[in-house]
Amino acid sequence: MTTKITRRQFAAGTAASAALLAGSAPFNIVRAQPKALKIGSIHPRSGYQAQLGLACQRGIDIAPRVLKQLGMNAEVEIMSADTESNVDIARSRAEKLINDGAQVLIGAFDSGQSAAIAQVAEQKGVPYIVNVAAAPQITEQGYKFVFRNFPTAPMLVGDGLNLMKGVFEKSGITPKTAVFMHCNDTFGQSMAGAIKAMAPRFNLPFQIVETISYDPQAKDLSVEVAKAKATGAEMVMPVTRLNDAILIVREMIKQRWEPKIIMSPGAPGFYEGQFYKTLGKFSNGMITNVPWYNPRSSITQKLLDEFTKAYKNEMFELNVGFSFEAVMVAVDAFNRAKTANGKELADAIRQTKIENHVMAGGTLEFDAKGQNVNIRSVTLQNLDQRPKVVLPLEIAEDNLALPLQSWSKR
Amino acid sequence: MPIELVFTVAVQGILTGLVYGLMALGLSVIFGVVRVVNFAHGEMMTIASYAAIVAFGAWNIDPLVAMVPIAVILFAVGYMLQAVLINPFINRPEHSQFILLAAVAIIMVNGLLMIFGPDARNVLVDYALDSIEIGPLLVDKVRVITAALALLIAAGLFAFFKLTRTGRAIRACADNYLGALVVGLNVKKLYALTFGIGSACVGAAGAMMTLLIDTTPNLGPAFTLQAFVIVIIGGLGSMPGALLGGVLIGLSEAMSGLFFAPSAKTMFGVGILILVLLFRPQGLLGRKI
Amino acid sequence: MISRLVDGVPRRALILLGLFLALLLVAPLLVDGYILSILILVLYFAYTGQAWNVMMGFAGQLSLGHSLYVGVAAYTAAALYVHFGIGPWAGVWLAILISVACGLFIGFLAFRFGISGVYFALLTIAFAEFTRVGFDHFDWVNGSGGFFLPVTQYSVNDPLNLRGAPVMFYYILLAITVLAFLFCRWLLTGRIGYYWLAIREEPEAAQTLGINVFRYKMIAVAISAGMTALSGVFFAFYYNNLFPEQIFSMSRSIELILGPIIGGIGSLFGPILGAVVLTVLAESVTEIMHALGYDIPGIKQVFYGLCLLVVIIYLPNGIWPPLRKRLGLGDHS
Repeated sequence: MTTKITRRQFAAGTAASAALLAGSAPFNIVRAQPKALKIGSIHPRSGYQAQLGLACQRGIDIAPRVLKQLGMNAEVEIMSADTESNVDIARSRAEKLINDGAQVLIGAFDSGQSAAIAQVAEQKGVPYIVNVAAAPQITEQGYKFVFRNFPTAPMLVGDGLNLMKGVFEKSGITPKTAVFMHCNDTFGQSMAGAIKAMAPRFNLPFQIVETISYDPQAKDLSVEVAKAKATGAEMVMPVTRLNDAILIVREMIKQRWEPKIIMSPGAPGFYEGQFYKTLGKFSNGMITNVPWYNPRSSITQKLLDEFTKAYKNEMFELNVGFSFEAVMVAVDAFNRAKTANGKELADAIRQTKIENHVMAGGTLEFDAKGQNVNIRSVTLQNLDQRPKVVLPLEIAEDNLALPLQSWSKR
Repeated sequence: MPIELVFTVAVQGILTGLVYGLMALGLSVIFGVVRVVNFAHGEMMTIASYAAIVAFGAWNIDPLVAMVPIAVILFAVGYMLQAVLINPFINRPEHSQFILLAAVAIIMVNGLLMIFGPDARNVLVDYALDSIEIGPLLVDKVRVITAALALLIAAGLFAFFKLTRTGRAIRACADNYLGALVVGLNVKKLYALTFGIGSACVGAAGAMMTLLIDTTPNLGPAFTLQAFVIVIIGGLGSMPGALLGGVLIGLSEAMSGLFFAPSAKTMFGVGILILVLLFRPQGLLGRKI
Repeated sequence: MISRLVDGVPRRALILLGLFLALLLVAPLLVDGYILSILILVLYFAYTGQAWNVMMGFAGQLSLGHSLYVGVAAYTAAALYVHFGIGPWAGVWLAILISVACGLFIGFLAFRFGISGVYFALLTIAFAEFTRVGFDHFDWVNGSGGFFLPVTQYSVNDPLNLRGAPVMFYYILLAITVLAFLFCRWLLTGRIGYYWLAIREEPEAAQTLGINVFRYKMIAVAISAGMTALSGVFFAFYYNNLFPEQIFSMSRSIELILGPIIGGIGSLFGPILGAVVLTVLAESVTEIMHALGYDIPGIKQVFYGLCLLVVIIYLPNGIWPPLRKRLGLGDHS
């Protein structure tokens, strides 16, 4: 994986604090011109976000093979680190990766951890590509070395609400009332804030009759669902993680509540492998408006093949796609810059212009703040127990099916 | 707010509370006798949940059946834990015991993570999504069954402590440690037995819990805290108190979720805890401390 | 006053302490960014452990909710800075004040009603949890969405606003830790230290001797909360983002107290040694696992747990007391 010598030296060096201080001097690595680009991949692979961090890691791990198939000069060395779902550890792991010679960092799924890593990367002048994290603040700090190939919460919500209108138009079903349920964590609150701020501008045909926020650590959502059911809303708009998405649907079945539409404005949950495994036939019908891989893209197909070969039991989803693209951006920039020098590499990343890539939307490029603003959400519907693109029509895999089928008739 | 809604939510809260109560009962029994606070309680429950998931996945055994062997296994785990690790710590200060069990908890949570990975697992029995109509109320079938079983197990445990020789000997240890030593009881063995019984309770609760919620390795600490809150409200060491505390927490969380922000409902549980600690520190049904 | 600090301390101990301090002073010149970030963590845990130790080690009150003081202070200073442009060195006073007020509130309720031992410990957890959920809904600091401090380029160190490179943070933290060490030594050798000792060992006897137990417990809580507040302010300005889930979490409180317990409760050097041992242990385990090619999530924490078990079973008073005996440093460090 990484340079073993420094690791062994380090392990010896940390045996005691005195030795730690004395033994560390040789680590001031002189960075020689490398043949291979050293990519530091840093994700929560243990702790409460572990399952998602591991999904990201898979996208990174298979990227070099796929890029080679695409004919790119992809001599890379992946160095992996675990944030343990913890902000402090994210920070010291980022320092460690850079010390061990990482020339570009990719991570970190979580906004807090990403923000911590961004500071380190900026200080050290090492480019950092955020693969997944939606808090707008990360690209609002004026950083020169931080890039994000993932939408911010307002971008997600804007696309999510826009696509809703398309869904109503296509299906001919326009709900008059909706209930908004969201997980009260960092992501959920960013999304709730964006919805509150943006909904009035979108002339939505429905009225949000109740907003229900729940504890991310909740183990039981029966009360929340009972409360939502009592509003009699025609549409449910959930912003969830995975486990709470399962809990909500399961409670809806138990409480025999059948709204016409269940549509997420842009959150995980409904399209994840575990959701289908757990709910089986009850997983069909839910809609998510979310950035997704473009099923028509040739690169997506190659990536998908390689992914299925490498991980038979895992699902290919957006975390994998965005993580792959982050490696693609790094490799592409490295090939153009022909150096791993931080500043030049960052400049090359800033000039990224990749037309043909994995995720739906326009050209992969970054604005002055380092944000990719061309990512576009699609409408996914769960059909035949897997997520299928139903809108926009150009890349649709199947037809939208609404209203939601009754639970008891499945 | 429709009155049926309030009643439905209340009934669900009470039913869930009974299962929490069973979990907390284990903690209460252990503390009441051994005077050691089991900081690895929730983690032990998660182990039981995984055992039930494995049993269901491999041999298709219903968790309500698997519950029995799992309780036996957890009894053994608890017995060994007390006999090997905790007994030497009985006379050590509280913070030492705390670290010991916190270390055990860390090993358990991460051991589970190593073996099962971070994904949430669950058990999908045929009746998992059924509901029962009681008049205008719609009640979750699984909750009714698990709550009834929790009550049954609790009743069995009461009977054990009241009626059997061993049960009475254990209570003697709890009441008077020195006295029990003087009359020649093997206190260390009784302690181990108690820890085993408490663990068996949590084993049964863990198996049942797979029907109610999805299991992840990280559930442990949250359940440890939950069990503490319940036991202190009911009274550390009081068995009926644990059940009462469970019901109270279940009900208060349900009601506060209904009438206020659901995301803040754990505040109400903790709020009750703070009030109880201040005005009745021995807990609602606890003996004076 | 200085004589009181060094009275009865063997010469050897002073020399060793001086050498240790000198090593810490020159450390940033010798090490790279990663080791520096580890050293900052070590000092952070050493300082916070020292603060916790005032309450537990000196006065015998087990708090498992110290993340409350860290979090409240971090949020106070950060909010003052973001909303009103008040710098950390001005904001820290309000942060300390609020933290102390929280501590006194909990202490007043607990000690008035005679809550102690396990019950007190659980009360502290309960308050921390209560505050965590409260902050999740506190819109002024962006609730669970997280509160971000503006980060500017680190071209110049600005110690007045705590904006700058890690080296600056290192030295500030080192200074705070040294001051805390001296302050604790001063406390322990004074009358209050002996009162605490009496309260810790024999509360009833202390009461009969006419020591105002309630008052001295309250003082311990206030000092501990106030000192912890400082590490909260540091945390806010070093990490620049705050999340209630992280900063108030129970695991955070536990992390803070493992150091002093492993190092040796009630001793002055214990929290420092504990922080060094734990942080180095955690990092080495990660490295060794990595070097051996094991990449299984959770394996590191399991090993960490096993090490904790071994220490607590075989060294009941922590590492420092037997170590200082071996080094011949007397019983008062």
